[in-house]
Amino acid sequence: MTIQKKSLSTRLIEQKTLIALLAMILVVSLLNPNFFTTGNILNILRQTAVNAVIAVGMTMVILTAGIDLSVGSILALCGAIGASLIAAELPVAVAVGTSLAAGAIVGGVTGIIIAKGKVQAFIATLVAMTLVRGLTLVYTDGRPISTGFTDVADSFAVIGTGYLFGVPVPVWIMAVTFLGAWYLLNHTRLGRYIYALGGNETATRLSGINVDRIKIYVYAISGVLSALAGLIVTSRLSSAQPTAGAGYELDAIAAVVLGGTSLMGGKGTIIGTLLGALIIGFLNNALNLLDVSSYYQMIAKALVILLAVLIDTKSK
Amino acid sequence: MGNELLKLEGIEKSFPGVKALDGVNLTVTAGRVMALVGENGAGKSTLMKVLTGIYKRDAGTMTYLGKKVTFKGPAQSQKAGISIIHQELNLLPELSIAENIFLGREQVGSLGNILWNRMYTEADNLLKRLGISRSSKTRLGELGIGEQQMVEIAKALSFESRVIIMDEPTDALTDTETQALFTVINELRDADYGVVYISHRLKEIFDICDDVTILRDGKFIAEMPVAELTEETMIELMVGRKLEEQYPRIAVAKGNVQLKTDNLSADGVNEVCLEVCEGEIVGVAGLMGAGRTELMKAIFGANPVTGGCIIINGKKVHISTPKDALEAGIAFISEDRKADGLILGLSVKENMTLAALKHFSHAAGQVYHAKERDAVNQYIETFNIKTPSRKQAVGNLSGGNQQKVAIAKGLMTRPKVLILDEPTRGVDVGAKKEIYQLINTFKKEGMSIILVSSDMPEILGMSDRIVVMHEGRISGEFTAAEADQETIMACAVGKTR
Repeated sequence: MTIQKKSLSTRLIEQKTLIALLAMILVVSLLNPNFFTTGNILNILRQTAVNAVIAVGMTMVILTAGIDLSVGSILALCGAIGASLIAAELPVAVAVGTSLAAGAIVGGVTGIIIAKGKVQAFIATLVAMTLVRGLTLVYTDGRPISTGFTDVADSFAVIGTGYLFGVPVPVWIMAVTFLGAWYLLNHTRLGRYIYALGGNETATRLSGINVDRIKIYVYAISGVLSALAGLIVTSRLSSAQPTAGAGYELDAIAAVVLGGTSLMGGKGTIIGTLLGALIIGFLNNALNLLDVSSYYQMIAKALVILLAVLIDTKSK
Repeated sequence: MGNELLKLEGIEKSFPGVKALDGVNLTVTAGRVMALVGENGAGKSTLMKVLTGIYKRDAGTMTYLGKKVTFKGPAQSQKAGISIIHQELNLLPELSIAENIFLGREQVGSLGNILWNRMYTEADNLLKRLGISRSSKTRLGELGIGEQQMVEIAKALSFESRVIIMDEPTDALTDTETQALFTVINELRDADYGVVYISHRLKEIFDICDDVTILRDGKFIAEMPVAELTEETMIELMVGRKLEEQYPRIAVAKGNVQLKTDNLSADGVNEVCLEVCEGEIVGVAGLMGAGRTELMKAIFGANPVTGGCIIINGKKVHISTPKDALEAGIAFISEDRKADGLILGLSVKENMTLAALKHFSHAAGQVYHAKERDAVNQYIETFNIKTPSRKQAVGNLSGGNQQKVAIAKGLMTRPKVLILDEPTRGVDVGAKKEIYQLINTFKKEGMSIILVSSDMPEILGMSDRIVVMHEGRISGEFTAAEADQETIMACAVGKTR
C-alpha cells in the first residue's frame, strides 16, 4: 500500500462549513460596512448563543442516532420555573439550579422512555414536546411570568444582558458549553461511547457498555442545555413567555446538520455544530442589515440550508 | 475457445492513501467460467466496482463485445448485459419472486397498469429454466438463501445478460444448494454465457471453473487454465509465499478448569455441560442452527440464561449482560463482525479499545490518549494489521484485517476465556494462518479458548478437544486424537455417541 497525502481539494471540502461562513462574512461586509464591526459581531454571537447552546445537546443526541424535538418546550417550561422563583425573590442560584434540574429530569425521563421503553426517539420526544408545552401553559396559566422589579431580578438579568470583559454573558455561556462538550466528546469515555452507540448499537452493547445509560445521559444533557437556553431568554426579557422556544428544535437540528453531523448517528463534530449555528446567526443578521423582509428571510434561510446539505451529500 | 465477451486491461484505481488496483487484467470468454481469486484486500471487490462503474477507474481500458466502454453505474452495466450477484443479495423479502425479478422494469399497459399475467408467466419461465419448482407469485421471504440466489440469477437472465459475475455465491449455501448452483452454472456455460466466479473456496474453483485470474495486493499475478494448477500452487500465487503447515498446533500443559457450564439452558440451548481448562482449545462443531452461537451468546450474557449456571475458576458467577461477562474475564468475538463486533465508521483505535476503555481512562472518565495510542500501535504491530494508520475507519479495511481488529478488541479486555465464533469466516488464506498463530500464542499464555467453527479441517487442526452440538445439546465429545470428519459429522446430524 502506498500512502498518499490528502489533496488540497479534499481538505477544502472538509472545511466547507468554515469556508462558507468566511465567504458569507466577506460578501456581507462588502455590501454593508456596519456588518463587520465589533459591536455587530458581538451582537450576532449573543443572538446565536441560545440556538448554539441547544444545538450542543442536539449534537450529542443526534450522534447517538436519536433526535430531540422537545428542546423548545423544555426551554419554555424551565424559563417559566426560573422566572417564577425569581419573582418569589428566591436567590438566583436556587432559581437557576432548580430550572436546570427540571430540564435534566424532563430530558432524563424522556431518555428512560426511549431506552427502557424502546420507544423511537422521534415519537418519545414528540410526546414530550406536546406534554411539556401543555405543562408550561398550565403552570403559567397561559400568561407571561415577569421576574419583577426586585434586586434579585436585577442580578438575574445579568445572565441575558450582562457583559464580562466587554463580551456579553450569553456568549461566555455559549463558549463554556462548547468547550465542555468538546472535552466530553473527545476526551472522555462517555464521549467515545456516544459515537460508538450511534455507529452500531448492538456492537456497543456487546462491548459491555450500558447502552441504556448512555441514551438517558444524552437526553438529560439535552434537557439541561435547553433549560440553560431558557434561562438566557427569560433573563434577557425579564419575563418568561409560555410560547417561548416554539420551533427552536428545527433551528438546532439545522445547525447540527449544517455542521456535517450525520442524522444516522456516529459521525460528526461539535466544532461543526458551532460553525453551523454561527452560519444561521450570521445569516439572520445579514438579511436584517440588507433590509430583506422577514418573510423572505425564512425562504433565504431554507435555501441556504438546502444548498449546504446538497454540497455535503455531493462530496461524499 | 469461444468469443471474448469482456476484456479489462491495465486497470488502475487509487483511493486516498491506498493504491487498490495496479494494472489489473480480466478476460471473460463466452462459454467459460473464469475464477477471480486473491486474498482479502487483493482488489477483487474494487475491480468489480470499477467494472460496473461504481468507481471511476484512473487508467486502463474496458472492451465489451468488441467496443471500448465505460459504464457510469450498475444500472448502465446491467442494461448492457453485465450482471453481478453480490454476497449480500439485493432483494426485497416482502415482494413476490416475479416482482423482484422485474423491479423497476414492470411492463405496463396503456393506463400505467402493471400487466401482472405477462410478468408472472415470464418469471415462471425463467424459474423453470433454472429448475426451480416455485410459483413466481411466492413471497421471496419464504425462500431459503439458496433459492433467493437463484432468483438473482433469474433476474440476471431476464436482463439478457452476456456476463454474470458471482461474488462469493456459496458462502451461505448448504452442500445441496451448492450442487444446485453448480448445475445452473454448468447450464449457463453450455448456453454460452460468460461467468466470473469469485470465491475463497479453492475446492470449488477446481470443481466449476475453467480459467483463473489471480490478484495479489491490487496487482495482476496470473491468468491461466485451472487445469494447470494445483491447490498448493494456486495458494502460493495468491499469497506470494509458500504456506507451510496450515494448522500449527502446539502442545501446552493443561491447567485448571477455567470455565464450566453446568446444565446451561437458554433459547436454543438445552442443558449443556461444557468445560475449558487453562491453555486449552476446545472446538465446538455442529451444523448451522445447532445452537452453538446461542450457547456462546448465553455464556457471554448477550442472550438470557434460562437454567443452569456458569462457573469460573470454581466459583459460580452471575452473568446477565455482556458487561458482567467481560468483568468475569470472558471475551466473545462474534461470527458477524459487521453487525455485532465492530463499528465500521469508527477508527481502528476507537474500535480496539471500546470494550476496554476503562483500562485507558481515569475513573472520572478522562481518556489517556497516549496510553491508548501506544497499546493500539502495539496490537497493530503484533497482529500485523494492514492499515494506513490507527485512525483509519475499520470499514475501509479488508475482512481479514477487520477480524484481527475484532480479536484485538476482545484481547484488550485481558480475558481469561476467549470465545471465537467462526474467527476465519470470510478471511483469506494468509490472514487465516496468522489468526491461527495468534490463537496459539494465547493458548501458550494459558488462556482458555472456545473455538466455534463450521470449517472441519480448522476444528480438527486447532482443537485439543472437540465438542459437537446438535439441536441445542452436546451430542459428542472427542479428544483431538480420536476425532475425524466422519465421526464429527455423525454426531452433528444427531447420532449420539
